[in-house]
Amino acid sequence: MKRLWFASSGSIRQRLILQLLVLVAVLSWVLYLSVKTVAGSAVETTQDAILGSATIAIAEELRGGEDGVAVDIPYTAFSMLGATGEDRVFYRIIIDGVTVTGYEDLPLAEEPLGGLSPVFYTRSYQSETVRIAAVERSVLVGNKPARVEVIVGQTRSAQDAIVAQMANRAAALGLGFFAIAAVLSLLTARSVLQPVRNLTEAVGRRGPQDLRPVERPVPSELAPLVTALNQFIARLSGALTRTETFIAEAAHHIRTPLATLRAQAEITLRQSPDEATRASLRAMIRSVDDSARSVGQLLDHAAVVYRTDQRTEEEIDLVALTRDIVAAFGPAADLRDIGFDLSLPDAPIVMTADRLLLESAIRNLLDNAVKYSALEGRISVGLALEGEGGAGLVRLKVCDRGRGLSGTRSSTLTGRFRRGSNVADVVGSGLGLTIVREVAIAHGGDFRLTERDGGGTCADLSLPLG
Amino acid sequence: MRRLVLALGLILSCATVAPAFEIEEERVFDAGSGAPEVRILSTTDTEIFAPLVVAFQMANPGIAVRYTVASTTEVYKAIAGHEAAFDLVVSSAMDLQMKLANDGYAREHRSAETAALPDWARWRDQLFAFAQEPVVLIASRPELEGLTLPRTRADLITLLRDNPERFDGRIGTYDPNRSGAGYLFATQDARQSDTFWRLTEVMGGLSPKLYDGSGAMITDVQAGKLALAYNVLGSYAAAQLAGDPSAVLIELEDFTNVLLRSALISRDATRPELGALFLDFMLSDEGQTLIDRRAGLPRIDPATLASAGHRRPIRLDPGLLVFVDPLKRQRFLREWTAAMVRR
Repeated sequence: MKRLWFASSGSIRQRLILQLLVLVAVLSWVLYLSVKTVAGSAVETTQDAILGSATIAIAEELRGGEDGVAVDIPYTAFSMLGATGEDRVFYRIIIDGVTVTGYEDLPLAEEPLGGLSPVFYTRSYQSETVRIAAVERSVLVGNKPARVEVIVGQTRSAQDAIVAQMANRAAALGLGFFAIAAVLSLLTARSVLQPVRNLTEAVGRRGPQDLRPVERPVPSELAPLVTALNQFIARLSGALTRTETFIAEAAHHIRTPLATLRAQAEITLRQSPDEATRASLRAMIRSVDDSARSVGQLLDHAAVVYRTDQRTEEEIDLVALTRDIVAAFGPAADLRDIGFDLSLPDAPIVMTADRLLLESAIRNLLDNAVKYSALEGRISVGLALEGEGGAGLVRLKVCDRGRGLSGTRSSTLTGRFRRGSNVADVVGSGLGLTIVREVAIAHGGDFRLTERDGGGTCADLSLPLG
Repeated sequence: MRRLVLALGLILSCATVAPAFEIEEERVFDAGSGAPEVRILSTTDTEIFAPLVVAFQMANPGIAVRYTVASTTEVYKAIAGHEAAFDLVVSSAMDLQMKLANDGYAREHRSAETAALPDWARWRDQLFAFAQEPVVLIASRPELEGLTLPRTRADLITLLRDNPERFDGRIGTYDPNRSGAGYLFATQDARQSDTFWRLTEVMGGLSPKLYDGSGAMITDVQAGKLALAYNVLGSYAAAQLAGDPSAVLIELEDFTNVLLRSALISRDATRPELGALFLDFMLSDEGQTLIDRRAGLPRIDPATLASAGHRRPIRLDPGLLVFVDPLKRQRFLREWTAAMVRR
């Protein structure tokens, strides 16, 4: 199979998978971060609530009296702070600006206290990050109000531990999410690209002459491609039709005037008494013959090239075909007293092929054999089946006693416009063997020229059956 | 016997400031010259701890142990005031130990032994309980002849109210003003139940005798000087009353506080790794068995707490800090004294 190589701009599948994975990775990361943030703020809110309650519990127990403020810290105020973890607890009670108990250097709030709710802030204290709640109460001492500030701080290790735990779970979730998405993206890429693969297979499976438009249903995204493909097929089909027409036209337009010219030259030759004129006319007739043959072969070659792409296959009996063509060469051979030794099987050999191509090939083989045979020479034409049970090859062998190949290689002679080094005196275009070879290749067969034992050349065309 | 050992401090380290805390006893368990020394500051008497130290030295030869005994408040002052460098601080005053740990005087330590402790027996990997002791009531059998032994505090209140003539001047309890342990027991009682204040009122009316140690109370019960001793350390009582039918040990069923003796590795430790080594030994199965059998301090055992629902371990949580607060302490002691001391 012939394969077209083109520069690949990467795989859609890989790009699709990569993009999906990047997207999922970003989503997983966002999930992790948002869970961490949400968990952080949720836990902080909860911890603040407990810290605030503890602070208020102390504030609620403040009692004014004649001789000062009575501070009675409830046991539960600190005990509840120990409920969520093992955090250090600091406190400070200030009455009218004087620290009466607790930790004298516990940081104060920067914003003014006021209202019933505590103010929360985070500070570094005793080389740890401490969350602090502060609340202010006014207590009557004697008849004067005393300003009491209650400040309770707590380290945040329990909070950090809970947030870390939740973040770890979110990370695990994100990883799981990523793994599942990776598998899904593989499946998605596969299913998305399935129609492309199907279309490729359908187009690739088509026979050489199948120039029908693609009509299978495709996803809408592929519709423009298929439309473009169909337009291209239509243009190609049109171009081929024009080529065929051109060949037929050219054959007609060149062959007909040449035949007319030749006929005119013959008539003139017969009527002309002048020997010099007659010699010229004979030369002219030979040239016309030469041209006609060349044109014929050029057209044959063009037809072969065209038909190689546009074969019309039918069942052909090779035995009958060979016999007919040999018979057609009878007159030309008789002129030079050349005889044919036919060795054809009795039973028909039927193969599916393009009749025009095969005729062209056999005619060119016989034409060459006749052309290069000496006067009174004999040409043997053999047709035989090869391979087991006749299922393999059919082999047509045409051997002459001509001048042989003189060492020129078979592959060289079958090149376009190539002729042997020893045939300058014989009319020829150098296309005959090219045509035979191309027909052989078009049918999946083989063609070679060999030196015949005892002088001459053997042309060997083998074609697979079926 | 207390003696001020300013001189000892001078001998130990001539250049440093002499320790401004009182010690009761100091003993060095030698391990040859030049051996590294682990310094333990403890509230537990040397005789009780000695078997454990000896076993530790058997398991870890070549380590000397300097065992210093001081009262709970002196232990707290020594550490919180940076008075002297000790590697391991062992105390029965849970509130003060908690205060030390909370205020950053303890080092973190994690090991297989500390991990094996139940949650309620450790705090922040800094404070570790190594013994659990119920706080009990001791009753003299001859003195309570013909009376039903109380099972709860309510029973006890009724008993005292109904028989004032039998108990007048014959009830003993801790003086929380003088004893850290007594203060802890009283505050925990107050926290647990309102009956405590009623009981204090009733006892106050019966001219109670106030003590600063469990041993003397138990002795006085045995000698017939006391009919009841309230809030006595169970381990001491069990040891002293073993084989003595004259007194009975009662765990009150409304609730019985369970004291946790605890240890921490000091922030100022010169050999914290040795302190940790000794701590791990105390918490190991061998150490716990020794503490239980030889020292007579019940080992940490969640099962014994689970089987007796009235036993409530005093939790190592920041709540303990509340009664360490000087204002709170002042207030509590004022109220207690008002209720208990009438004349």
